[in-house]
Amino acid sequence: MFKALMSQVRTIWTILQHSFTRAETVQYPEQKPYLAPRYRGRIVLTKDPDGEERCVACNLCAVACPVDCIALQQGVKEDGRWYPEFFRINFSRCIMCGMCEEACPTNAIQLTPDFEMCEYNRSSMVYEKEHLQIEGTGKYHDYNFYRVAGLAITGKDKGQAENEATPIDVKSLLP
Amino acid sequence: MTELGTISFGLLIIFAAVGGAAVLTWFERRLLGVWQDRYGPNRLGPFGVLQVAADMLKLLTKHDWVPPFADRLVFVFAPTAIVVAMLLGFAVVPFGPDLYVLDINIGLLFFLGMTSLAVYSVLLGGLASNNKYALLGGLRSAAQMVSYEVFMGLSLMGVVMLTGSFSMRDIVEAQRDVWYCVPQVLGLFTFMIAGIAESHRLPFDLPEAEHELTAGFHTEYGGMKFAMFMLGEYLGLILICCMITTLFFGGWLGPVLPPVVWFCLKVFALICFFVLLRAAIPRPRYDQLMSLGWKIMLPLTLFNLLLTGAIALWMEG
Amino acid sequence: MLATLFYIAALIALTSTMAALTRANAAHALIYLIVSLLAVAVMFFLMGAPFAAALEVVIYAGAIMVLFVFVIMMLNLGDTGEDREREWLAGRNWFVPGAMAALLLIEMLMVLGDFQGVTSGNAVSPKAVGIRLFGPYLLAVEIASMLLLSSLVGAYHLGRRFIVRRGEH
Repeated sequence: MFKALMSQVRTIWTILQHSFTRAETVQYPEQKPYLAPRYRGRIVLTKDPDGEERCVACNLCAVACPVDCIALQQGVKEDGRWYPEFFRINFSRCIMCGMCEEACPTNAIQLTPDFEMCEYNRSSMVYEKEHLQIEGTGKYHDYNFYRVAGLAITGKDKGQAENEATPIDVKSLLP
Repeated sequence: MTELGTISFGLLIIFAAVGGAAVLTWFERRLLGVWQDRYGPNRLGPFGVLQVAADMLKLLTKHDWVPPFADRLVFVFAPTAIVVAMLLGFAVVPFGPDLYVLDINIGLLFFLGMTSLAVYSVLLGGLASNNKYALLGGLRSAAQMVSYEVFMGLSLMGVVMLTGSFSMRDIVEAQRDVWYCVPQVLGLFTFMIAGIAESHRLPFDLPEAEHELTAGFHTEYGGMKFAMFMLGEYLGLILICCMITTLFFGGWLGPVLPPVVWFCLKVFALICFFVLLRAAIPRPRYDQLMSLGWKIMLPLTLFNLLLTGAIALWMEG
Repeated sequence: MLATLFYIAALIALTSTMAALTRANAAHALIYLIVSLLAVAVMFFLMGAPFAAALEVVIYAGAIMVLFVFVIMMLNLGDTGEDREREWLAGRNWFVPGAMAALLLIEMLMVLGDFQGVTSGNAVSPKAVGIRLFGPYLLAVEIASMLLLSSLVGAYHLGRRFIVRRGEH
């Protein structure tokens, strides 16, 4: 019993010593914590170095999303590029898991270190394409999907992409 | 003191106690912050002191709701009991040589009676809520209060024996030579533990243990009724500290400074100590609490009582 | 002034006792009983026995009634208990106890006929009570304490473990 009592007294003494230690709290709104560039916050759609939309509306992000907060509709431009006719993310459902970013084959959808999204109105949390689209390239500056992909668009036929061999004509036996 | 003076002084005490309890909610959180390496409420006003006003506004404007399955009459009555009983308890506290509401020759017993009536608040609140968590909290508090009241009264009998009176003024006057915390150190120790248990403060807050019983007896309470429970708890803390000051630390006695200042300083130091206990010590298990009360504290108080009686007789010759 | 206060307290005590008898809900009945005990304590105080008043509050209202409420909570009777209680409180069951209580009341009124005043005038201090208890009434105190000791031993016997299973001690 005496031992138990002494242990309590020692606890009290230890806590009392904490009167002279500094508080660990970060005073948030005034004192922002450092967030790494790969922090998973608000989602953006990026553009490739040429200034075209990266998103090809493949729907992989919508499939990967565990809470089904992404909705989009595919369209095809006259030059053969694919693009989303609309792209909608419901941030009141989004859990910032980053699955969409991992699923994206064109690095279009990216998560940013911004998390301060507060609205009084729930429907204001639904972001449309014009809210999501940014002008820059995000985290990947040099990547341009159409320059490496085999899809034919105006001004670039099959086989003209980087590291791509010209297609083999299967109807000819000539080497 | 004239009748009118007594009444106005009583009102003053009530306002001071309620105000003190309100500020204490903020002060305690700040102090806990210091000991747990964080800040506590520091946003509103200087050092966050206006947090009290914000909390009060929030509680006052909340929907005053009685659950449909509750026992309406008892449910509404329960929170008032603790506040009334604790405020009545302040009547016998002597804040200075001439500063008291009433000085009766059973002052100490009056205090014990009031603390034992405060139990009903918790008990009936738990019973009327018609909720399992609340019922368990109420049951725990009933067992805890009955067990700890036994030696709470007995632990004070040493002081009464040395003074030869139940009057609080006589008890303070008898401490002119030496404070009772020296000869009655066992009594002080046991009374302090019983006092924490009586006001169900943190090391012994089993009736409301958040981790097991959501909020124990006040699970179903909200708004002003919940505020009454909280007010009662903090009033209980202040009252217990006042009593310890009066009974063991010489009340208003002290050099240089005026008596009331001495009294307030001692009470303040004790409140800080109680908050330290809250910051440091974890909650015991229910059976540990019971065996601590009956197997350790009760024999200790009885031993103290015997020893004090023997020494008092021997001193008298 | 004091007499008025006394009669108010007496009225409260009587009505709350009546209410305690007639409530079907056990918890409500107990609350009325507590109020009645507190009223009796006030009466003791006004009659010049503050020590008895304080003990009434501390022991009866503060400890014993808490145990009663504790038991009520443990049993958690609910609606079936209330219905049964209503059945018991039906009219004809009142006849015999009512008649006996009425007889007692008449007797008491006859005795009180030549009784003067409600307060004894001089307050009894705790010291006087103590001197009386450990002086002329020492035997009664000792007998009461022996009774309590025997009940304590009995409670200990009931509370001990009769069967010790493996793993327990």
